[in-house]
Amino acid sequence: MTARIGVVTFPGSLDDRDTQRAIRVAGAEPVALWHKDKDLKQVDAVVLCGGFSYGDYLRAGAIARFSPVMDTVIDQAKAGLPVLGICNGFQILTEAHLLPGGMLGNDHLHFICRDQKLRVENADTAWTTDYEAGQEIHIPLKNMDGRYVADQRTLDELEAEGRVAFRYVDFNPNGSLNDIAGITNEAGNVVGLMPHPEHAVESLIGTGRTDGLPFFTSILKKLVNA
Amino acid sequence: MARVVVDVMLKPEILDPQGQAVQRALPRLGFEGISDVRQGKRFELEVDGPVDEAALARINDLAESFLANTVIEDFTVRVEEVAEAAK
Repeated sequence: MTARIGVVTFPGSLDDRDTQRAIRVAGAEPVALWHKDKDLKQVDAVVLCGGFSYGDYLRAGAIARFSPVMDTVIDQAKAGLPVLGICNGFQILTEAHLLPGGMLGNDHLHFICRDQKLRVENADTAWTTDYEAGQEIHIPLKNMDGRYVADQRTLDELEAEGRVAFRYVDFNPNGSLNDIAGITNEAGNVVGLMPHPEHAVESLIGTGRTDGLPFFTSILKKLVNA
Repeated sequence: MARVVVDVMLKPEILDPQGQAVQRALPRLGFEGISDVRQGKRFELEVDGPVDEAALARINDLAESFLANTVIEDFTVRVEEVAEAAK
């Protein structure tokens, strides 16, 4: 038996196929989910992938957050369904208020695409148990609106509760406060980050390493052992 | 018919690099004496029927839940008189 992990496709999603492939490489079964369909097809977890859902009109993730599929994702995430938001998926999770804070344009006003070094700060979430806390990884980063912002109270709370899951190392690519690359909700089932682990699961492509694969093996182990 | 205008601005404490880029361009264009620029969004909603309290309340909800993300932005809602001759 393996786990079934849903990947939502919105109009403008770019990385749905790569995400499905990463899930398959990890040994789980990817299930395609459609933005207009409330039905999650009884998946065990959901990934909101990268891209420019609904053209990023209004704000990145703002329109996707009100799509039919998100009604169900929001309800079930609150009930414990593991949800990972990558890049645009992270933006959607903040717009849906499943994660605190918000995402704004990079402080240098340019699109950025690079191999990015991150530190895994929290290895206890549903998506990070196959990492060691403090481990440094290289995965691709590519975005326009990657600047994480939140008010000071929220930042203090995230830091105090160990909910900064990933932090940029050596170089802050977008002006994110506290070098935040990704965060988790209190329960650890909802995680969002800007860089792209799904592009770093095979040594042939991406950063030439498989540093992103543990995201998908972590959730698989959690679901299969559950 | 009436027009309701919703203005959305980043909260004052949040860095606005677009506004800064505009501000930095001003001296080159010969505009002196502008110490800060912040860039926002303006939505013009054409409302069918009267803009009564109930309609304004609905638009306020719309602005709060959708047009603005109140985690990072502030908004104002106001009715704009549309002159008959302008129609």
